[in-house]
Amino acid sequence: MLELRGVNTFYGAVPALRDVSLSVREGEIVTLIGANGAGKTTTLMTICGGIQPRGGEILYEGKPIHRTPPNEIVRMGISQVPEGRLIFPELTVQENLDMGAFLRGDRDGIRRDMDYIFSLFPILAQRRRQAGGTLSGGEQQMLAISRAIMARPRLLLLDEPSLGLAPIIIHQIFGIIQKINTDGTTVFLVEQNANQALKIAHRGYVMENCRVVMENSAQALLNDQAVRKAYLGM
Amino acid sequence: MDFFYFLEIFFSGLTRGSIYALIALGYTMVYGIIGLINFAHGEIYMLGAFTALIVATLLGMSGFPAGGILIVAALVAMLWCAAYGYTMEKVAYKPLRGESRLAPLISAIGMSTFLQNYVQLAQTSNYVPFPRLMPRFAFLSAFGGVMRSSDFVILVVSALVMIGLALYIRHTRMGKAMRATAQNRKMAMLVGIDADKVISLTFIIGSALAALGGTLIASHTGQVGFGIGFLAGMKAFTAAVLGGIGSIPGAMLGGLVLGLAESFTTGYLSGDYEDVLAFALLVLILIFRPAGLLGKATVQKV
Repeated sequence: MLELRGVNTFYGAVPALRDVSLSVREGEIVTLIGANGAGKTTTLMTICGGIQPRGGEILYEGKPIHRTPPNEIVRMGISQVPEGRLIFPELTVQENLDMGAFLRGDRDGIRRDMDYIFSLFPILAQRRRQAGGTLSGGEQQMLAISRAIMARPRLLLLDEPSLGLAPIIIHQIFGIIQKINTDGTTVFLVEQNANQALKIAHRGYVMENCRVVMENSAQALLNDQAVRKAYLGM
Repeated sequence: MDFFYFLEIFFSGLTRGSIYALIALGYTMVYGIIGLINFAHGEIYMLGAFTALIVATLLGMSGFPAGGILIVAALVAMLWCAAYGYTMEKVAYKPLRGESRLAPLISAIGMSTFLQNYVQLAQTSNYVPFPRLMPRFAFLSAFGGVMRSSDFVILVVSALVMIGLALYIRHTRMGKAMRATAQNRKMAMLVGIDADKVISLTFIIGSALAALGGTLIASHTGQVGFGIGFLAGMKAFTAAVLGGIGSIPGAMLGGLVLGLAESFTTGYLSGDYEDVLAFALLVLILIFRPAGLLGKATVQKV
């Protein structure tokens, strides 16, 4: 469904991604783990069109998208839950969700997805008229995921959804990510919390110093000595 | 100093203030989206007055009724200046996006100088009379003439336009997209909002409002000149800062407060201090409450 082939991205003269190749197949949860600054967020921003790669290509359903503007990429069915959630702080919860559906015109479909979201996160229904900035961290993460779902993506990109959240909330959020996946959305999950991510993923990639250094099934990575030592603290 | 005198000054302050508010909205909306003080915005107001003058003169020769001429002239001026604003952004600001904040600011000052000189050369360096097009409302005289007909027209028109704008920004899809873009441009991009479109729309709306202000004030004072945009622009900028730059209700409030303050100074002290007051107010606000009346204090990250 999504394929990166030898992608090179730079910030000015500084390389941020070197020869990154990876793929996500329809129906999977694929995770990309690695330390801070390894290039995980840059990988997602490059996929979304926020940064243009200087070399290599990105294919989505066989079509190159590395020269496609970000709004077209959203229209094609890729949407991102960015690092730090980036809630629109002065828009209400409802308006944040409306913005997620910005490119859609199908009123009935939007209403159905809104109901779906409120079934996943009942708390958001209660907070509908509240400004996004007044929500707690966990609620903001729920809102960020919901806003991305409102675009009705076929591929959902998540950047560190566990960041700064209490373990019980992380558990809840990862459960929902799994549910979203079984309901039919392909998921590409970037995480520092390797343990949680590998537990719900089918496959995983490990990133170090701007390169993908390892690729395997999630189960195999969980059992890998080097991964356990470097990322699972065991 | 009787009560009628007070009311007269009050209403003339409101009139002046609503014009400031109309122009200030353009400053504040553009600032909210791209963080630029568009110093050429006052020139758009001036161009609006000139456009309206040309249209009014042409229509006047063909014997239209005055009220109709005013409406058509205002609409044409708004459309024409919207095109100016759109083009200005594409020519002078868009190529500089991503550069330091100073670059577009200097470009804005250049644009302002260019437009002033262009109108001076293409039209005239003298003040030219603007036809009296404001309708006269007999019912106003029943209130002891505290409010002139042109005051009344300006107040009603600008109130309606500002309510319309507030509703547009609050409820429409593009209005919400404008707010979202102002709050977080990166996230707006990630939900599929085309920032270029939002920025263009902001310039279009802001310029149309300034042109409306220019048309109204020209038919109120009865004259236009190539230099009127400078002072009006500075005053409206003051109003925007006073209300809290980036805040739309702030621009409306700032405009009214500044207009009233000027009017009362002129009415009870002396007209000589009118401009001093405005800029003294600007200095005081910048020192003691830089976020303005309705703005939120933000810490600039360095």
